[in-house]
Amino acid sequence: MPLVLLKHALGFARPQRQIPASRELKPSYDVVIVGGGGHGLAAAYYLAKDWGITNVAVLEKGWLGGGNTARNTAIVRSNYITPEGVRFYKESMELFETLSQELDFNVMYTKRGHLTLAHTDAAMRTMRWRAEVNKHLGVASEIVGADEVARIEPKLNMSRQVRWPILGALHHPVGATARHDAVAWGYARRAAERGVEIHQETEVTGFDVEGDRITAVQTTRGRVACGQVLQAVAGMSSKVAGMAGVKLPIRTIPLQACVSQPLKPFLDSIIVSGSLHCYIWQSQRGECVMGGAVDPYPLQAPRSTLDFKEGLMAHMLELFPYLADVPLMRQWAGMADMTPDFSPVMGKTSLENHYIDAGWGTWGFKATPVCGKRMAECVATQKVPDILQAFRFDRFKSFDQVGEAGAASVGT
Amino acid sequence: MKIMNCPLNGPRNISEFAYGGEVKPVPAADAPTPDWADYVYYHDNQPGIVREWWLHVPTSYWFVAVRDVTSDKIIATYRPEEAPP
Ligand SMILES: Cc1cc2nc3c(=O)[nH]c(=O)nc-3n(C[C@H](O)[C@H](O)[C@H](O)COP(=O)(O)OP(=O)(O)OC[C@H]3O[C@@H](n4cnc5c(N)ncnc54)[C@H](O)[C@@H]3O)c2cc1C
Repeated sequence: MPLVLLKHALGFARPQRQIPASRELKPSYDVVIVGGGGHGLAAAYYLAKDWGITNVAVLEKGWLGGGNTARNTAIVRSNYITPEGVRFYKESMELFETLSQELDFNVMYTKRGHLTLAHTDAAMRTMRWRAEVNKHLGVASEIVGADEVARIEPKLNMSRQVRWPILGALHHPVGATARHDAVAWGYARRAAERGVEIHQETEVTGFDVEGDRITAVQTTRGRVACGQVLQAVAGMSSKVAGMAGVKLPIRTIPLQACVSQPLKPFLDSIIVSGSLHCYIWQSQRGECVMGGAVDPYPLQAPRSTLDFKEGLMAHMLELFPYLADVPLMRQWAGMADMTPDFSPVMGKTSLENHYIDAGWGTWGFKATPVCGKRMAECVATQKVPDILQAFRFDRFKSFDQVGEAGAASVGT
Repeated sequence: MKIMNCPLNGPRNISEFAYGGEVKPVPAADAPTPDWADYVYYHDNQPGIVREWWLHVPTSYWFVAVRDVTSDKIIATYRPEEAPP
Protein backbone atom coordinates (compact mmCIF):
# COMPACT_ATOMS: atom_id res chain seq x y z
CA MET A 1 0.00 0.00 0.00
CA PRO A 2 1.43 3.42 -0.86
CA LEU A 3 2.36 5.20 2.35
CA VAL A 4 0.66 8.36 1.22
CA LEU A 5 -2.70 6.61 1.67
CA LEU A 6 -1.82 5.84 5.25
CA LYS A 7 -0.88 9.47 5.80
CA HIS A 8 -4.30 10.62 4.58
CA ALA A 9 -6.10 7.96 6.59
CA LEU A 10 -4.47 9.14 9.77
CA GLY A 11 -4.78 12.86 9.03
CA PHE A 12 -7.80 14.99 9.83
CA ALA A 13 -8.46 16.30 6.34
CA ARG A 14 -11.25 14.47 4.56
CA PRO A 15 -12.47 15.08 1.04
CA GLN A 16 -15.46 17.39 1.20
CA ARG A 17 -18.87 16.30 -0.01
CA GLN A 18 -19.54 17.92 -3.33
CA ILE A 19 -23.20 18.37 -2.54
CA PRO A 20 -24.49 18.69 1.02
CA ALA A 21 -26.43 15.70 2.36
CA SER A 22 -30.22 16.00 2.04
CA ARG A 23 -32.02 17.40 5.02
CA GLU A 24 -35.69 17.42 5.89
CA LEU A 25 -37.82 19.35 3.42
CA LYS A 26 -38.73 22.84 4.63
CA PRO A 27 -42.46 23.62 4.85
CA SER A 28 -42.14 26.13 2.02
CA TYR A 29 -39.84 27.48 -0.70
CA ASP A 30 -39.91 30.53 -2.94
CA VAL A 31 -39.22 28.33 -5.93
CA VAL A 32 -39.64 24.57 -6.29
CA ILE A 33 -37.87 23.03 -9.28
CA VAL A 34 -39.20 19.62 -10.30
CA GLY A 35 -36.48 17.51 -11.93
CA GLY A 36 -32.79 17.32 -11.08
CA GLY A 37 -31.45 16.92 -14.59
CA GLY A 38 -29.08 19.39 -16.20
CA HIS A 39 -31.91 21.81 -16.98
CA GLY A 40 -33.39 21.96 -13.47
CA LEU A 41 -29.97 22.25 -11.84
CA ALA A 42 -28.81 24.97 -14.25
CA ALA A 43 -31.97 26.96 -13.55
CA ALA A 44 -31.31 26.60 -9.80
CA TYR A 45 -27.76 27.86 -10.25
CA TYR A 46 -28.73 30.94 -12.28
CA LEU A 47 -31.64 31.75 -9.94
CA ALA A 48 -29.11 31.94 -7.12
CA LYS A 49 -26.29 33.57 -9.03
CA ASP A 50 -28.04 36.03 -11.34
CA TRP A 51 -31.06 36.86 -9.22
CA GLY A 52 -30.07 36.18 -5.61
CA ILE A 53 -33.01 33.78 -5.18
CA THR A 54 -31.75 30.98 -2.94
CA ASN A 55 -34.81 29.76 -1.05
CA VAL A 56 -35.06 27.12 -3.76
CA ALA A 57 -35.52 23.33 -3.69
CA VAL A 58 -34.68 21.02 -6.56
CA LEU A 59 -36.77 17.83 -6.18
CA GLU A 60 -35.47 14.81 -8.04
CA LYS A 61 -37.24 11.44 -7.94
CA GLY A 62 -34.05 9.44 -8.62
CA TRP A 63 -30.52 10.73 -8.63
CA LEU A 64 -28.95 13.86 -10.13
CA GLY A 65 -28.68 13.75 -13.88
CA GLY A 66 -30.00 10.18 -14.02
CA GLY A 67 -32.56 11.05 -16.70
CA ASN A 68 -31.73 12.09 -20.25
CA THR A 69 -28.86 14.19 -18.97
CA ALA A 70 -26.80 11.03 -18.38
CA ARG A 71 -28.14 9.25 -21.46
CA ASN A 72 -27.48 11.73 -24.22
CA THR A 73 -24.71 11.60 -26.77
CA ALA A 74 -23.36 14.98 -25.66
CA ILE A 75 -23.42 16.82 -28.98
CA VAL A 76 -23.44 20.62 -28.86
CA ARG A 77 -24.11 22.68 -32.00
CA SER A 78 -26.07 25.71 -33.18
CA ASN A 79 -26.51 25.13 -36.93
CA TYR A 80 -30.31 24.90 -36.78
CA ILE A 81 -32.73 26.14 -39.44
CA THR A 82 -35.10 28.65 -37.80
CA PRO A 83 -33.78 32.08 -36.73
CA GLU A 84 -35.46 31.60 -33.32
CA GLY A 85 -33.67 28.29 -32.79
CA VAL A 86 -30.28 29.42 -34.08
CA ARG A 87 -30.29 32.51 -31.87
CA PHE A 88 -31.12 30.41 -28.81
CA TYR A 89 -28.59 27.61 -29.36
CA LYS A 90 -25.90 30.15 -30.27
CA GLU A 91 -26.30 31.76 -26.85
CA SER A 92 -25.95 28.31 -25.28
CA MET A 93 -22.66 27.67 -27.09
CA GLU A 94 -21.36 31.03 -25.90
CA LEU A 95 -22.11 29.96 -22.32
CA PHE A 96 -20.47 26.55 -22.92
CA GLU A 97 -17.25 28.30 -24.02
CA THR A 98 -16.52 29.43 -20.48
CA LEU A 99 -18.62 26.95 -18.49
CA SER A 100 -15.68 25.02 -17.00
CA GLN A 101 -14.22 28.30 -15.67
CA GLU A 102 -17.60 29.61 -14.52
CA LEU A 103 -18.33 26.44 -12.54
CA ASP A 104 -14.69 25.63 -11.72
CA PHE A 105 -15.62 22.14 -12.84
CA ASN A 106 -14.23 20.52 -15.97
CA VAL A 107 -17.11 19.89 -18.38
CA MET A 108 -14.64 18.81 -21.10
CA TYR A 109 -16.09 21.12 -23.73
CA THR A 110 -14.32 19.97 -26.89
CA LYS A 111 -14.72 21.48 -30.35
CA ARG A 112 -14.50 18.74 -32.94
CA GLY A 113 -16.28 20.12 -35.99
CA HIS A 114 -19.63 18.80 -37.18
CA LEU A 115 -20.53 17.53 -40.65
CA THR A 116 -24.16 16.98 -41.68
CA LEU A 117 -23.88 14.86 -44.81
CA ALA A 118 -26.11 15.37 -47.82
CA HIS A 119 -26.84 12.44 -50.12
CA THR A 120 -29.52 14.04 -52.33
CA ASP A 121 -30.08 17.35 -54.10
CA ALA A 122 -32.98 18.02 -51.76
CA ALA A 123 -30.70 17.58 -48.74
CA MET A 124 -28.10 19.92 -50.31
CA ARG A 125 -30.85 22.52 -50.70
CA THR A 126 -31.78 22.24 -47.01
CA MET A 127 -28.09 22.54 -46.04
CA ARG A 128 -27.74 25.69 -48.15
CA TRP A 129 -30.78 27.15 -46.43
CA ARG A 130 -29.36 26.31 -43.01
CA ALA A 131 -25.94 27.75 -43.90
CA GLU A 132 -27.52 31.07 -44.96
CA VAL A 133 -29.66 31.36 -41.81
CA ASN A 134 -26.66 30.41 -39.67
CA LYS A 135 -24.27 32.89 -41.28
CA HIS A 136 -26.83 35.66 -41.11
CA LEU A 137 -26.97 35.18 -37.34
CA GLY A 138 -23.19 34.89 -36.94
CA VAL A 139 -22.88 31.12 -36.61
CA ALA A 140 -19.93 29.47 -38.37
CA SER A 141 -21.56 27.21 -40.94
CA GLU A 142 -20.90 26.56 -44.62
CA ILE A 143 -21.65 24.18 -47.47
CA VAL A 144 -18.74 22.00 -48.52
CA GLY A 145 -18.47 19.70 -51.53
CA ALA A 146 -17.53 16.02 -51.55
CA ASP A 147 -13.79 16.77 -52.00
CA GLU A 148 -13.76 18.96 -48.94
CA VAL A 149 -15.71 16.37 -46.91
CA ALA A 150 -13.05 13.80 -47.83
CA ARG A 151 -10.29 16.23 -46.79
CA ILE A 152 -11.89 17.02 -43.42
CA GLU A 153 -12.68 13.40 -42.57
CA PRO A 154 -10.45 11.10 -44.66
CA LYS A 155 -11.84 7.91 -43.11
CA LEU A 156 -15.36 8.44 -44.50
CA ASN A 157 -16.41 6.12 -47.30
CA MET A 158 -16.70 8.49 -50.29
CA SER A 159 -17.28 5.69 -52.80
CA ARG A 160 -20.06 6.19 -55.36
CA GLN A 161 -20.76 2.43 -55.21
CA VAL A 162 -23.23 2.75 -52.34
CA ARG A 163 -26.98 3.31 -52.19
CA TRP A 164 -26.57 6.94 -51.09
CA PRO A 165 -23.21 8.48 -52.13
CA ILE A 166 -22.10 11.58 -50.23
CA LEU A 167 -22.62 14.71 -52.36
CA GLY A 168 -21.49 17.29 -49.84
CA ALA A 169 -22.17 18.48 -46.32
CA LEU A 170 -23.04 21.32 -44.01
CA HIS A 171 -19.83 22.02 -42.11
CA HIS A 172 -20.10 23.55 -38.64
CA PRO A 173 -16.48 23.90 -37.50
CA VAL A 174 -17.44 24.85 -33.92
CA GLY A 175 -19.62 21.74 -33.35
CA ALA A 176 -18.59 20.27 -30.00
CA THR A 177 -19.16 17.71 -27.28
CA ALA A 178 -19.16 18.13 -23.50
CA ARG A 179 -19.27 15.69 -20.63
CA HIS A 180 -22.95 15.56 -19.82
CA ASP A 181 -22.91 14.46 -16.20
CA ALA A 182 -20.17 16.97 -15.39
CA VAL A 183 -22.54 19.70 -16.57
CA ALA A 184 -25.22 18.51 -14.14
CA TRP A 185 -22.77 18.02 -11.31
CA GLY A 186 -21.03 21.36 -11.84
CA TYR A 187 -24.33 23.25 -11.73
CA ALA A 188 -25.53 21.22 -8.72
CA ARG A 189 -22.40 21.86 -6.74
CA ARG A 190 -22.30 25.60 -7.35
CA ALA A 191 -26.03 25.99 -6.78
CA ALA A 192 -25.76 24.12 -3.47
CA GLU A 193 -22.86 26.36 -2.44
CA ARG A 194 -25.15 29.35 -2.87
CA GLY A 195 -27.82 27.82 -0.64
CA VAL A 196 -30.10 25.94 -3.04
CA GLU A 197 -31.38 22.68 -1.51
CA ILE A 198 -31.10 19.59 -3.66
CA HIS A 199 -33.32 16.68 -2.63
CA GLN A 200 -32.77 13.39 -4.40
CA GLU A 201 -35.14 10.42 -4.09
CA THR A 202 -37.99 12.90 -3.74
CA GLU A 203 -40.72 12.36 -6.30
CA VAL A 204 -43.38 14.96 -7.01
CA THR A 205 -46.75 13.19 -6.95
CA GLY A 206 -49.22 16.07 -7.27
CA PHE A 207 -49.92 19.78 -7.04
CA ASP A 208 -52.42 21.68 -4.90
CA VAL A 209 -54.04 24.12 -7.31
CA GLU A 210 -56.20 27.00 -6.14
CA GLY A 211 -57.71 29.13 -8.88
CA ASP A 212 -54.90 29.69 -11.33
CA ARG A 213 -52.04 29.12 -8.88
CA ILE A 214 -50.15 26.14 -7.56
CA THR A 215 -50.02 26.62 -3.82
CA ALA A 216 -48.17 23.47 -2.82
CA VAL A 217 -46.28 20.52 -4.21
CA GLN A 218 -47.02 17.00 -2.93
CA THR A 219 -44.03 14.70 -2.76
CA THR A 220 -43.16 11.23 -1.54
CA ARG A 221 -41.59 13.00 1.47
CA GLY A 222 -44.50 15.25 2.29
CA ARG A 223 -46.09 18.45 1.11
CA VAL A 224 -44.27 21.74 0.56
CA ALA A 225 -45.80 25.14 -0.10
CA CYS A 226 -44.31 27.06 -2.99
CA GLY A 227 -44.13 30.52 -4.49
CA GLN A 228 -43.41 29.35 -8.00
CA VAL A 229 -42.94 25.99 -9.67
CA LEU A 230 -40.58 25.23 -12.54
CA GLN A 231 -40.83 21.79 -14.08
CA ALA A 232 -37.92 20.36 -16.10
CA VAL A 233 -38.68 16.64 -16.27
CA ALA A 234 -38.09 15.79 -19.96
CA GLY A 235 -39.82 12.46 -20.76
CA MET A 236 -42.19 12.87 -17.79
CA SER A 237 -43.33 16.38 -18.82
CA SER A 238 -46.91 15.42 -19.69
CA LYS A 239 -47.30 13.41 -16.50
CA VAL A 240 -46.10 16.23 -14.24
CA ALA A 241 -47.94 18.98 -16.16
CA GLY A 242 -51.03 16.76 -16.05
CA MET A 243 -50.91 16.93 -12.23
CA ALA A 244 -51.51 20.67 -12.64
CA GLY A 245 -54.23 20.10 -15.25
CA VAL A 246 -52.05 21.35 -18.11
CA LYS A 247 -52.03 19.45 -21.41
CA LEU A 248 -48.89 19.66 -23.56
CA PRO A 249 -48.08 19.31 -27.27
CA ILE A 250 -45.76 16.43 -26.42
CA ARG A 251 -45.41 12.71 -27.05
CA THR A 252 -42.90 10.64 -25.10
CA ILE A 253 -40.90 8.46 -27.48
CA PRO A 254 -37.74 6.48 -26.67
CA LEU A 255 -34.44 7.54 -28.22
CA GLN A 256 -31.71 4.93 -28.28
CA ALA A 257 -27.94 5.12 -28.54
CA CYS A 258 -24.93 2.83 -28.23
CA VAL A 259 -21.13 2.81 -28.00
CA SER A 260 -18.54 0.51 -29.52
CA GLN A 261 -15.41 -0.91 -27.97
CA PRO A 262 -12.62 1.66 -27.78
CA LEU A 263 -10.58 2.05 -30.96
CA LYS A 264 -7.47 4.08 -31.74
CA PRO A 265 -8.43 7.62 -32.73
CA PHE A 266 -9.61 7.68 -36.36
CA LEU A 267 -12.43 10.22 -36.36
CA ASP A 268 -12.17 13.91 -35.41
CA SER A 269 -15.58 15.30 -36.35
CA ILE A 270 -19.15 14.55 -35.43
CA ILE A 271 -20.73 12.95 -38.52
CA VAL A 272 -24.50 13.11 -39.05
CA SER A 273 -26.57 11.78 -41.89
CA GLY A 274 -30.23 12.77 -41.94
CA SER A 275 -30.99 10.61 -44.98
CA LEU A 276 -29.37 7.55 -43.39
CA HIS A 277 -30.83 8.28 -39.93
CA CYS A 278 -27.54 7.97 -38.09
CA TYR A 279 -24.76 9.89 -36.39
CA ILE A 280 -21.37 9.02 -34.92
CA TRP A 281 -18.41 10.57 -33.11
CA GLN A 282 -15.41 9.11 -31.30
CA SER A 283 -15.06 9.83 -27.61
CA GLN A 284 -11.86 10.71 -25.76
CA ARG A 285 -11.77 7.06 -24.65
CA GLY A 286 -11.87 5.91 -28.27
CA GLU A 287 -15.43 4.57 -28.20
CA CYS A 288 -17.67 5.31 -31.18
CA VAL A 289 -20.79 7.01 -29.83
CA MET A 290 -23.68 6.29 -32.19
CA GLY A 291 -27.36 7.04 -32.49
CA GLY A 292 -30.20 7.84 -34.86
CA ALA A 293 -33.79 9.03 -34.85
CA VAL A 294 -36.42 8.25 -32.20
CA ASP A 295 -38.24 4.90 -32.07
CA PRO A 296 -41.19 4.40 -34.42
CA TYR A 297 -43.83 4.74 -31.68
CA PRO A 298 -44.31 6.27 -28.19
CA LEU A 299 -43.42 4.52 -24.95
CA GLN A 300 -43.16 5.80 -21.38
CA ALA A 301 -40.17 3.71 -20.40
CA PRO A 302 -36.63 3.45 -21.71
CA ARG A 303 -35.67 0.13 -23.24
CA SER A 304 -33.25 -1.06 -25.90
CA THR A 305 -34.22 -3.01 -29.01
CA LEU A 306 -32.47 -5.16 -31.57
CA ASP A 307 -34.40 -3.40 -34.36
CA PHE A 308 -32.69 -0.14 -33.50
CA LYS A 309 -29.22 -1.65 -33.59
CA GLU A 310 -29.82 -3.47 -36.88
CA GLY A 311 -31.31 -0.43 -38.56
CA LEU A 312 -28.57 1.86 -37.34
CA MET A 313 -25.70 -0.41 -38.32
CA ALA A 314 -27.05 -1.10 -41.79
CA HIS A 315 -26.60 2.60 -42.50
CA MET A 316 -23.48 3.19 -40.45
CA LEU A 317 -21.60 0.57 -42.43
CA GLU A 318 -22.23 2.53 -45.63
CA LEU A 319 -20.32 5.42 -44.09
CA PHE A 320 -17.64 3.36 -42.30
CA PRO A 321 -17.55 -0.19 -43.78
CA TYR A 322 -14.57 -1.25 -41.65
CA LEU A 323 -16.62 -0.88 -38.44
CA ALA A 324 -18.36 -4.15 -39.38
CA ASP A 325 -16.08 -6.19 -37.09
CA VAL A 326 -16.18 -3.83 -34.12
CA PRO A 327 -18.23 -5.11 -31.16
CA LEU A 328 -20.71 -2.88 -29.37
CA MET A 329 -20.18 -2.42 -25.66
CA ARG A 330 -23.31 -0.74 -24.39
CA GLN A 331 -26.77 0.15 -25.64
CA TRP A 332 -29.34 2.25 -23.81
CA ALA A 333 -32.36 4.52 -24.23
CA GLY A 334 -33.91 7.65 -22.79
CA MET A 335 -37.44 9.02 -22.95
CA ALA A 336 -37.56 11.92 -25.38
CA ASP A 337 -40.31 14.53 -24.97
CA MET A 338 -41.10 15.15 -28.64
CA THR A 339 -42.99 18.18 -29.97
CA PRO A 340 -44.65 18.30 -33.42
CA ASP A 341 -42.21 20.99 -34.72
CA PHE A 342 -38.98 19.68 -33.13
CA SER A 343 -38.64 22.85 -31.04
CA PRO A 344 -38.87 23.06 -27.25
CA VAL A 345 -41.66 24.37 -25.04
CA MET A 346 -40.58 27.05 -22.58
CA GLY A 347 -42.02 29.84 -20.47
CA LYS A 348 -45.28 30.07 -18.54
CA THR A 349 -48.23 27.73 -18.76
CA SER A 350 -51.89 28.67 -18.33
CA LEU A 351 -51.34 28.80 -14.56
CA GLU A 352 -49.99 31.98 -12.99
CA ASN A 353 -46.94 30.54 -11.21
CA HIS A 354 -46.21 27.37 -13.22
CA TYR A 355 -43.19 27.50 -15.51
CA ILE A 356 -42.28 24.87 -18.03
CA ASP A 357 -39.05 23.74 -19.62
CA ALA A 358 -39.92 20.76 -21.82
CA GLY A 359 -40.20 19.43 -25.33
CA TRP A 360 -36.46 18.94 -25.40
CA GLY A 361 -36.79 15.67 -27.24
CA THR A 362 -33.53 14.46 -28.69
CA TRP A 363 -31.71 17.81 -28.72
CA GLY A 364 -31.84 19.44 -25.28
CA PHE A 365 -28.45 18.75 -23.77
CA LYS A 366 -26.79 21.51 -25.77
CA ALA A 367 -29.39 23.96 -24.46
CA THR A 368 -28.73 23.25 -20.78
CA PRO A 369 -26.84 26.49 -20.00
CA VAL A 370 -29.03 28.92 -21.95
CA CYS A 371 -32.20 27.24 -20.81
CA GLY A 372 -31.14 27.39 -17.17
CA LYS A 373 -30.18 31.03 -17.50
CA ARG A 374 -33.28 32.18 -19.39
CA MET A 375 -35.77 30.10 -17.39
CA ALA A 376 -34.23 31.53 -14.21
CA GLU A 377 -34.79 35.01 -15.66
CA CYS A 378 -38.36 34.05 -16.53
CA VAL A 379 -39.11 32.82 -12.99
CA ALA A 380 -37.31 35.70 -11.28
CA THR A 381 -38.90 38.49 -13.34
CA GLN A 382 -42.18 36.60 -13.91
CA LYS A 383 -41.91 37.76 -17.52
CA VAL A 384 -41.07 35.59 -20.51
CA PRO A 385 -37.76 36.86 -21.99
CA ASP A 386 -37.82 37.76 -25.70
CA ILE A 387 -35.56 34.89 -26.66
CA LEU A 388 -38.14 32.39 -25.25
CA GLN A 389 -41.28 34.00 -26.70
CA ALA A 390 -41.42 31.89 -29.86
CA PHE A 391 -41.39 28.67 -27.83
CA ARG A 392 -44.57 29.20 -25.80
CA PHE A 393 -46.47 26.05 -24.91
CA ASP A 394 -49.70 27.14 -26.61
CA ARG A 395 -48.11 28.18 -29.93
CA PHE A 396 -49.78 25.30 -31.75
CA LYS A 397 -53.23 26.65 -30.91
CA SER A 398 -52.49 29.48 -33.31
CA PHE A 399 -50.36 27.35 -35.66
CA ASP A 400 -47.18 29.32 -34.84
CA GLN A 401 -44.81 26.41 -35.22
CA VAL A 402 -41.03 26.86 -35.02
CA GLY A 403 -40.27 24.15 -37.58
CA GLU A 404 -36.90 22.56 -36.88
CA ALA A 405 -37.57 19.16 -38.48
CA GLY A 406 -35.05 19.96 -41.23
CA ALA A 407 -32.27 20.39 -38.69
CA ALA A 408 -33.25 18.29 -35.68
CA SER A 409 -35.10 15.16 -36.71
CA VAL A 410 -31.86 13.17 -36.73
CA GLY A 411 -28.62 14.25 -35.18
CA THR A 412 -29.75 15.40 -31.77
CA MET B 1 -39.18 -9.28 -33.23
CA LYS B 2 -42.30 -7.77 -31.73
CA ILE B 3 -45.64 -9.03 -33.00
CA MET B 4 -48.91 -7.12 -33.25
CA ASN B 5 -52.17 -8.86 -33.97
CA CYS B 6 -53.91 -7.04 -36.83
CA PRO B 7 -57.69 -7.60 -36.75
CA LEU B 8 -57.64 -7.94 -40.55
CA ASN B 9 -54.32 -9.68 -41.25
CA GLY B 10 -53.52 -11.59 -38.08
CA PRO B 11 -50.18 -11.53 -36.25
CA ARG B 12 -47.55 -9.45 -38.09
CA ASN B 13 -44.15 -7.91 -37.32
CA ILE B 14 -44.55 -4.53 -35.57
CA SER B 15 -42.42 -2.95 -38.30
CA GLU B 16 -45.39 -3.34 -40.66
CA PHE B 17 -47.47 -0.97 -38.53
CA ALA B 18 -47.55 2.78 -38.04
CA TYR B 19 -48.68 4.54 -34.88
CA GLY B 20 -51.64 6.89 -35.37
CA GLY B 21 -52.18 8.61 -32.02
CA GLU B 22 -54.46 8.32 -28.98
CA VAL B 23 -58.12 7.52 -29.51
CA LYS B 24 -60.04 10.68 -28.58
CA PRO B 25 -63.24 12.44 -29.67
CA VAL B 26 -62.90 14.07 -33.10
CA PRO B 27 -64.17 17.67 -33.31
CA ALA B 28 -67.02 18.42 -35.70
CA ALA B 29 -65.87 19.41 -39.20
CA ASP B 30 -66.99 23.00 -38.58
CA ALA B 31 -65.61 23.22 -35.03
CA PRO B 32 -63.52 26.33 -34.24
CA THR B 33 -59.88 26.18 -35.35
CA PRO B 34 -58.42 26.03 -31.81
CA ASP B 35 -60.47 22.86 -31.17
CA TRP B 36 -58.89 21.26 -34.21
CA ALA B 37 -55.42 22.49 -33.18
CA ASP B 38 -56.02 20.97 -29.76
CA TYR B 39 -57.08 17.67 -31.33
CA VAL B 40 -54.09 17.50 -33.67
CA TYR B 41 -51.25 18.78 -31.48
CA TYR B 42 -52.10 18.24 -27.79
CA HIS B 43 -52.03 14.79 -26.22
CA ASP B 44 -52.69 13.20 -22.84
CA ASN B 45 -49.40 11.28 -23.16
CA GLN B 46 -49.81 9.61 -19.76
CA PRO B 47 -48.26 6.33 -18.60
CA GLY B 48 -50.58 3.33 -18.22
CA ILE B 49 -53.04 1.55 -20.47
CA VAL B 50 -54.05 3.58 -23.51
CA ARG B 51 -56.26 3.09 -26.59
CA GLU B 52 -54.49 4.05 -29.80
CA TRP B 53 -55.01 4.17 -33.55
CA TRP B 54 -52.66 1.95 -35.54
CA LEU B 55 -52.29 1.40 -39.28
CA HIS B 56 -51.25 -1.82 -40.97
CA VAL B 57 -49.23 -0.08 -43.68
CA PRO B 58 -49.17 -2.71 -46.46
CA THR B 59 -52.96 -3.03 -46.43
CA SER B 60 -53.82 0.54 -45.35
CA TYR B 61 -56.03 -0.90 -42.62
CA TRP B 62 -56.77 1.29 -39.55
CA PHE B 63 -57.69 -0.32 -36.25
CA VAL B 64 -57.54 0.27 -32.49
CA ALA B 65 -54.96 -1.25 -30.12
CA VAL B 66 -55.08 -1.30 -26.33
CA ARG B 67 -51.48 -0.96 -25.19
CA ASP B 68 -49.71 -0.57 -21.86
CA VAL B 69 -47.42 2.31 -22.81
CA THR B 70 -45.21 1.71 -19.79
CA SER B 71 -44.43 -1.96 -20.46
CA ASP B 72 -45.09 -1.90 -24.25
CA LYS B 73 -47.45 -4.88 -23.90
CA ILE B 74 -50.16 -4.99 -26.54
CA ILE B 75 -53.23 -6.05 -24.59
CA ALA B 76 -55.84 -6.23 -27.36
CA THR B 77 -56.56 -5.05 -30.88
CA TYR B 78 -60.00 -4.62 -32.46
CA ARG B 79 -61.80 -3.25 -35.50
CA PRO B 80 -62.92 0.35 -35.04
CA GLU B 81 -66.56 -0.56 -35.72
CA GLU B 82 -66.50 -3.20 -32.94
CA ALA B 83 -67.20 -2.46 -29.30
CA PRO B 84 -63.95 -2.19 -27.28
CA PRO B 85 -63.13 -5.43 -25.40
C1 LIG C 1 -30.09 8.65 -26.30
C2 LIG C 1 -30.18 10.14 -26.25
C3 LIG C 1 -29.24 10.91 -26.93
C4 LIG C 1 -29.30 12.32 -26.89
N1 LIG C 1 -28.31 13.02 -27.50
C5 LIG C 1 -28.29 14.39 -27.40
C6 LIG C 1 -27.21 15.13 -27.95
O1 LIG C 1 -26.26 14.56 -28.52
N2 LIG C 1 -27.24 16.48 -27.86
C7 LIG C 1 -28.27 17.13 -27.24
O2 LIG C 1 -28.25 18.36 -27.19
N3 LIG C 1 -29.31 16.45 -26.67
C8 LIG C 1 -29.34 15.10 -26.73
N4 LIG C 1 -30.36 14.38 -26.15
C9 LIG C 1 -31.46 15.11 -25.48
C10 LIG C 1 -31.06 15.51 -24.07
O3 LIG C 1 -30.51 14.41 -23.39
C11 LIG C 1 -32.25 16.01 -23.26
O4 LIG C 1 -33.02 16.90 -24.02
C12 LIG C 1 -31.78 16.75 -22.00
O5 LIG C 1 -30.87 15.96 -21.30
C13 LIG C 1 -32.94 17.10 -21.12
O6 LIG C 1 -32.45 17.52 -19.88
P1 LIG C 1 -33.41 17.70 -18.66
O7 LIG C 1 -32.58 18.16 -17.53
O8 LIG C 1 -34.55 18.54 -19.09
O9 LIG C 1 -34.01 16.24 -18.44
P2 LIG C 1 -33.49 14.97 -17.61
O10 LIG C 1 -32.03 14.89 -17.58
O11 LIG C 1 -34.24 13.79 -18.12
O12 LIG C 1 -33.96 15.33 -16.15
C14 LIG C 1 -35.29 15.23 -15.73
C15 LIG C 1 -35.29 14.69 -14.34
O13 LIG C 1 -36.60 14.79 -13.80
C16 LIG C 1 -36.79 13.69 -12.93
N5 LIG C 1 -38.23 13.52 -12.71
C17 LIG C 1 -39.17 13.05 -13.57
N6 LIG C 1 -40.38 13.01 -13.01
C18 LIG C 1 -40.22 13.50 -11.74
C19 LIG C 1 -41.11 13.72 -10.65
N7 LIG C 1 -42.43 13.44 -10.73
N8 LIG C 1 -40.59 14.24 -9.49
C20 LIG C 1 -39.27 14.52 -9.39
N9 LIG C 1 -38.39 14.33 -10.38
C21 LIG C 1 -38.86 13.83 -11.55
C22 LIG C 1 -36.12 12.53 -13.64
O14 LIG C 1 -35.77 11.51 -12.72
C23 LIG C 1 -34.90 13.21 -14.26
O15 LIG C 1 -33.73 13.07 -13.51
C24 LIG C 1 -30.35 12.97 -26.17
C25 LIG C 1 -31.31 12.20 -25.51
C26 LIG C 1 -31.23 10.80 -25.52
C27 LIG C 1 -32.25 10.01 -24.78
